[in-house]
Amino acid sequence: MMSELLAAATLPDSITFVIAAVIVVLGALGVVLNKNPVHSALMLVMTLFGIAVLFVEQDAQFLAAVQVIVYTGAVVVLFLFVIMLLGVDCKETVFADTFKGQRLFAGFVGLCVLFEIIYLGSRNWTTGAPSVAGAVKNQGANVNVIGKSLFTTYLLPFEVTSALLVVAVIAAVVLSRRHDEVPSVIDEELKTTEPTS
Amino acid sequence: MTVNASWYLTLAAILFTIGSVGMLVRRNILVMFMCIELMLNAANLTFVTFSRVLNDIGGQISVFFVLIVAAAEVVVGLAIIVAIYRRRVGATADDQHLLKG
Repeated sequence: MMSELLAAATLPDSITFVIAAVIVVLGALGVVLNKNPVHSALMLVMTLFGIAVLFVEQDAQFLAAVQVIVYTGAVVVLFLFVIMLLGVDCKETVFADTFKGQRLFAGFVGLCVLFEIIYLGSRNWTTGAPSVAGAVKNQGANVNVIGKSLFTTYLLPFEVTSALLVVAVIAAVVLSRRHDEVPSVIDEELKTTEPTS
Repeated sequence: MTVNASWYLTLAAILFTIGSVGMLVRRNILVMFMCIELMLNAANLTFVTFSRVLNDIGGQISVFFVLIVAAAEVVVGLAIIVAIYRRRVGATADDQHLLKG
């Protein structure tokens, strides 16, 4: 098995893959097993960096950059922001079984999923004609290929995503507005500092 | 030439499994969200792997859209979490087991 790995790839590529894979798996385990959500978020950063390395390893440089910028730069920061805002880092019941044997059952289901995916992935399911998106190899830089496909074949979905982002922003603003009558701290302070208004 | 595609697919399967088990086991809503991100990343890794193997840029385009949708999902989901936490003091998903409760 190991010789097959080394035979198919050059040594630096194999080493890179192994290191990145270990980082990814350890980070994922850290996300699940850490009791503190802040530590989980930082472990998530580790996993996402490992995934970015694997993207580079597979000649998807643009996606690796986007992965680092969007995920570790925006999504995880958003997570940490919410954790900081809510202060939920100390009052959780980690691993408290709601009903008996839940963890056991979850592990069983997880193993079933793992074996199913590996079983399905071990066969060759890819048949038929290639898609209309275009080829990857020998087409120039990765960004050029993605841009060409995105702005010709996939122009409509690309435009729709902009609408999706606008909807998400509006939804976030609407959802996080205060609806209750209890005035916020800032309002109270404003009232006390400006009694004339 | 990087390693065989089946290694990547196996790694993605392991990552997806860890994410799904974490989703089932953990009670903290934020950590459950992170587990969703793990599963999305496993799917992304599969997409990129098949994009390389089949010499098709469509896989990478799909990953691009998944990234956008994941970002939007995180924004809305965290807004919902903030709205829930503001109303009641409950740190786990079990505290929100009643709709309109």
